[in-house]
Amino acid sequence: MKYDRIITAALLSVGFFLLFLAVWHIGTYQEEHTVEAVELTSEQVAILEEAGMSASDKETYSSQGLTFDQINQIASMGLTLDDIEMAGGLEAFGFTTGGAAEEAKTGFPSPALVWEEAYYQLSDPFYDRGPNDKGIGTQLKYSLFRVGMGFFLAVIVAVPLGFLIGMSPLLNMALMPYIQILKPISPLAWLPVALFLIKDSEKASIFVIFVCSIWPMLINTSFGVANVKNDWLNIAKTLECSKFRTAYSVILPAAAPTIFTGMRISLSIAWLVIVAAEMVIGGIGVGYFVWNEWNGLNLASMIFAIFIIGIVGLCLDLTLGQFVKIFSYED
Amino acid sequence: MNDESNFISTQLLQKVYPATKRGQEDLTVFDKVNFNIRKGEFTTCIGHSGCGKSTILNILAGLAEPTSGSVMMDGKSVSGPSLDKAVVFQNHSLLPWKTAIENVAFAVKSRHPEWSLLQIRKQCVKYLEMVGLNDSYNRKPSELSGGMRQRVGIARAFAIESKLLLMDEPFGALDALTRGIIQEELIKIWEQTQQTVFMITHDVDEAIFLSDRIFLMTNGPYARVAEAVVVDLPRPRDRSQIVHHPDYYKIRNHLVDFLVSRSHELSGSSNGAEERQEESGTVDGELLLPPDVNPALA
Repeated sequence: MKYDRIITAALLSVGFFLLFLAVWHIGTYQEEHTVEAVELTSEQVAILEEAGMSASDKETYSSQGLTFDQINQIASMGLTLDDIEMAGGLEAFGFTTGGAAEEAKTGFPSPALVWEEAYYQLSDPFYDRGPNDKGIGTQLKYSLFRVGMGFFLAVIVAVPLGFLIGMSPLLNMALMPYIQILKPISPLAWLPVALFLIKDSEKASIFVIFVCSIWPMLINTSFGVANVKNDWLNIAKTLECSKFRTAYSVILPAAAPTIFTGMRISLSIAWLVIVAAEMVIGGIGVGYFVWNEWNGLNLASMIFAIFIIGIVGLCLDLTLGQFVKIFSYED
Repeated sequence: MNDESNFISTQLLQKVYPATKRGQEDLTVFDKVNFNIRKGEFTTCIGHSGCGKSTILNILAGLAEPTSGSVMMDGKSVSGPSLDKAVVFQNHSLLPWKTAIENVAFAVKSRHPEWSLLQIRKQCVKYLEMVGLNDSYNRKPSELSGGMRQRVGIARAFAIESKLLLMDEPFGALDALTRGIIQEELIKIWEQTQQTVFMITHDVDEAIFLSDRIFLMTNGPYARVAEAVVVDLPRPRDRSQIVHHPDYYKIRNHLVDFLVSRSHELSGSSNGAEERQEESGTVDGELLLPPDVNPALA
């Protein structure tokens, strides 16, 4: 019964995915566009020949669907076909051929194109061809490092502080107003402050991750610690446990699932925020990669990066989910 | 006054819960509660809900403070919880992330921090076996039945070999069959260790089966211990035989009669209490203790 449901769910998931692919494919489908050659009148041919264009070049242009006006423009520049191809082809000069014009209308890449891009990117994920052209693996490495550092620093601060706040109702009352004010501030709002204070974009992005990670952990830790069952604390009291032993062997394991849930929430948020932060900061990282591919109109590559962000986020969440599982207990 | 007859003595215990709303009166749950417990005595406390039994137990444990009055144990005033007073709570209150033996070991380690792991383990196994947990040491509380959990709780309390064992309705959540079995185990262990026990119960038969004396509490507010019923049935007691003892139903009827009618009639009020002679809770400077009553002799 249980396995039946798992299998049905898996089949249904695959079905939804295929449906999604199908819709995507149909939405971006375009018929093979055969470029219709433009017939030039003898008058026009004479003009082009007068401008010094060879007959074979002229044939090529017209067969690619360029109009007379466009061909004439090329002729007036005095360039041969070889020159143009060396300079990057007709498109580099702003000439759109009949086929290219069609593509620009429905520019969204098809699933096959994204798949090709994914294969290309993943076959060499760590390539490095200059500052603006690095592999997705390298980009991820930087993003994960920033998230890891910011998150780690936040754990170091938030868990002990949350523990203190949870143990002391006085501290709780004194600090909660600040936490409640700081929590709803978008972490990106801190970015200019961090850039001004730290004057280093790398450290500033780590700081932004630190700030956004700290609140869920702080709140969850203090909540978990403050809500340890009174019975368990009474047991520790009747056994004359020291404060430290009570904290270590009763409160910490009792609050561990809540603390790790806080960490899990924090890490998810950190992964959301890093993409935005990197778009703003630039340089390197998946966020910047997405933005850079958009600027270069490499949509297939951009969509591939978006999928990768989702998959990495899922992996991070599952990892923390495992910790929650390990430390949870059935009461 | 440090003799065997008053190993524990409570003196004019009173608990008042201050009014939470304006216009409300303070709630005096119990007042002038005096009783003594002899060393090695098994005592139970019966009373209706709301008379403050659990609060009295928590005060004895040092987990709660009386509004006024004091508790003396072994000649010393009780201030705060200690290893001298083991507590078995109503809901097992085992640490759910620890296994049965780890729960007991946690207590043993608190009592004997200097012990080696092997010594601790031996002590744990000894008491877990006493309560009849032979092959479930390494299970977590969630993997144990309700009865098993309560057994571990009892093993934990006994394992620290405290002077006083306090139990707050330890079998309240168990079915009648399991309850009977654990009661027998409890009394066996108690006969071996000869600890002093104060236990709260709602079950009249349980009280008779286990107790040397049963404290009867009147209804709250202004509840007090009205009398101490002496259960003079011979030990070791057998569940199936004890009901045939000629005194059994005399005691039982006395208890039921108290719970059904007298606990209400005797219940104090702020005005009614003043009319009674024991209003001050003392007579000529001596604490007025609830009279020992032996229904079998009546």
